[in-house]
Amino acid sequence: MNQPEQFTDDLSIVICGEAGQGVQTIQVVLIQVLRLAGYYAFATPEFMSRIRGGSNSTEIRVSSQRIGSFVEKIDFLIPLDRKAISHLDWRISNHTFIIGDQGQLGTEKPVYDIQFQKIAKEIGGDIYFNIIAAGFIIGVFNIDQNLFTNFLKAFFKEKSAEIIEKNCSAGFRGWNLGREFCASRGISISIQQHEDMRNEFFLNGAEAVGLGAIAGGCNFISAYPMSPSTGVLVFLAEQAEKFGIVVEQAEDEISGMNMALGSWYAGGRALVSTSGGGFALMTEGLSLAGCIESPVVVHLAQRPGPATGLPTRTEQGDLELALYAGHGEFPRVIYAPGTIQDAFFCTRKAFEIADRYQIPVFILTDQFLMDSYFSIPLLDFPKDQPLNHIVQTEENYKRYQLTENGISPRGIPGFGRGIVCVDSDEHDEGGYITEDFRVRKSMVDKRLRKEKFLAREILAPELIGDENFKKLVVGWGSTYSVICEALERRGDAQVAFLYCKQIYPLPSEVEMYLKKAKETIVVENNATGQFAKLIKRETGISVTRKILKYDGFPFSVEKIEEAL
Amino acid sequence: MAVSNLDLKCDVAWCPGCGNYGILTLLKEVITELALPREKLVMVSGIGQAAKIPQYFKTNYFNGLHGRALPPATAIKASNPELTVIAESGDGDMYGEGGNHFIHCIRRNPDIKNFVHNNMVYGLTKGQASPTSERGFVTPVQIGGVILEPFNPIAVAIALDASFVARAFVGHQKETKTILKEAIEHHGYALVDIFQPCVTFNKINTYQWFREHTYYLDEKHVVTDRAEAFRRAIETDKLPLGIFYKNPDKKIFEEQLLAYRHEKTPLFQRSRKPDQWAELMKNLVSV
Repeated sequence: MNQPEQFTDDLSIVICGEAGQGVQTIQVVLIQVLRLAGYYAFATPEFMSRIRGGSNSTEIRVSSQRIGSFVEKIDFLIPLDRKAISHLDWRISNHTFIIGDQGQLGTEKPVYDIQFQKIAKEIGGDIYFNIIAAGFIIGVFNIDQNLFTNFLKAFFKEKSAEIIEKNCSAGFRGWNLGREFCASRGISISIQQHEDMRNEFFLNGAEAVGLGAIAGGCNFISAYPMSPSTGVLVFLAEQAEKFGIVVEQAEDEISGMNMALGSWYAGGRALVSTSGGGFALMTEGLSLAGCIESPVVVHLAQRPGPATGLPTRTEQGDLELALYAGHGEFPRVIYAPGTIQDAFFCTRKAFEIADRYQIPVFILTDQFLMDSYFSIPLLDFPKDQPLNHIVQTEENYKRYQLTENGISPRGIPGFGRGIVCVDSDEHDEGGYITEDFRVRKSMVDKRLRKEKFLAREILAPELIGDENFKKLVVGWGSTYSVICEALERRGDAQVAFLYCKQIYPLPSEVEMYLKKAKETIVVENNATGQFAKLIKRETGISVTRKILKYDGFPFSVEKIEEAL
Repeated sequence: MAVSNLDLKCDVAWCPGCGNYGILTLLKEVITELALPREKLVMVSGIGQAAKIPQYFKTNYFNGLHGRALPPATAIKASNPELTVIAESGDGDMYGEGGNHFIHCIRRNPDIKNFVHNNMVYGLTKGQASPTSERGFVTPVQIGGVILEPFNPIAVAIALDASFVARAFVGHQKETKTILKEAIEHHGYALVDIFQPCVTFNKINTYQWFREHTYYLDEKHVVTDRAEAFRRAIETDKLPLGIFYKNPDKKIFEEQLLAYRHEKTPLFQRSRKPDQWAELMKNLVSV
């Protein structure tokens, strides 16, 4: 490990410590300063379901290319406590530089000795540890000190002058230590920088879904906190006053879903955000949306189940839950965004489709997408999207008027002279309870008729790679980046990747592409290949092979590359 | 009183003599006398015989799931505060299946009215115990008699400092009408638990029984005295009727929401906010 090393393309930095030690602060400072210096950066944290103790880490990747996936390899590791090394043992190689207090870490592995804690105490206390560590990495990249200092001043602007001063001097000490480290180990970094990174910003998946909701006109969220979906609730709460969003933490997910339907009924545009267990409680209400033909947008952030499972880990195990949830038969749409931009656009579109077709629309994400930070250019506000699809009612208004496309003009109480009657029992055109079997059949047909028209709205899958592929890799949701990067590394022109951001109704292109391939491989972060089963159900095609992972971790670039 | 504006020709699913008829008539009269505009009234109900009440007169309604009337009622009011919202269902719906929502709705204090038809039995599922059935009440399921403590909605609501808590008996039309009117005119959450005999499945708690086992709180009762209200609420020898408790100082849920800090209009009347968006983007980049 003492060989001189040049990083020209890609670097992986991991910070690991106990919950509450400040891993997150280091992550925020690092990615922002790296961005301001023009680097493509990406951060993905992994953490335990606890508030103190344990071992949490974050991986920060810096690359010449735009990246958004997890790698196992660690180039620079800054362990903040003893447990960190054993926690990450499986990822540490003899190419990993471990930087820390050798005496405290108590490891056999070679460590570049920096007594972070001692220096922090000299500056004014343990609390400065984080900024020294961040400064170290910033020094390794030889980023302009003024840029770093100005960032720190802005970052701590709410603190006292003394604290700001101490943080700046902590950053300065760390920066110098980073320079010394590079000099003594012969490390040089020449990863490409990009001028326009200054105009980008970092978003995690939760914020992207939140922004997409606002862009889609969301003005109501009723949810119960549950990892990894809570970030959306928090984000919208922060924006509630400015954008006029009713934010209510419901007593349970049953209430959350029923509130959302009440809001749509009265003219609101509501979102529910939850994870598998919470969504299980919402399924009764989902079925109600099906019967009363209420729009509703459901954000379902997946984590490993069954039951409480691994609360802070990732999985794509709830596709079938979203697909089959709710008793009875009614149409639905399921989006599975794989990039931060798609998380935004799919959520925005979800509001439009839910409103126009008066159906539930899902955004299926997962912990990896929710908690990882990607940098993206600014997002435009949709000027063209209609405000809503509400009609002013006439005296003899009928909420469930039979129409050719199954969509009845949607009135709301208090807007027009008509009355708006919705019923969870089977109902006639006016919304009144009926047990007439002919009316029943006409209402079922009406509701299902929308599916035919929905087919025109499908988000087509994207083919990444050459059209003349022999082997086709199929993925959905958050595996997008990792599959792209693994394929790029392999550089095999005969392998292409089909990325599905809408998984139900299944786009017809999926069948077309699958039929063209000699070999088809589905990549899924679950144990049973739920998307492969959906493909079989919809197209009759059995994929050749499945690459599955269900240990709670996202796929790494290395694992996909190896498996292909 | 003319209530023809609300009348609806329909096939009613209640048994002859059911207490629900009386409540329907009184409700229509109250709505008419208070001159509530029809298009601005929303009835929200769950499932059960009582929950069918919105089906039987001309009104907007959201007839949702069993036990789930209060969450949509709260959300309807929070999405359009100009609406008058009445959540009306039976004791099984509101206190059993919807017990958790009942508790938290009182905590929120939205300006909605909660009328509960309390007949101490399950009607639509044919005669099983309800949360308010008395101990020893024999049913096809509770064969040896009910062994659970009856749910006391009045005491629970007062314990939670509900802003308006009352109990009525449909057999006393004039008094019930006064209570319903006062509840609707009250600013804040208002619970009216309405005794209403089930003539088919409850042969114990009949019109006669309610007449004999109830009395009215008199004018000496101070409705803002919570401790006294609670003391009255736990009386069981004879069950008090009337307005037990009022807390006029409670803040209203929807009025405190940040969404209504700068704009008071219903959500559907608001425009998009491109300026806020531009500012948000600016802030995100300058982190």
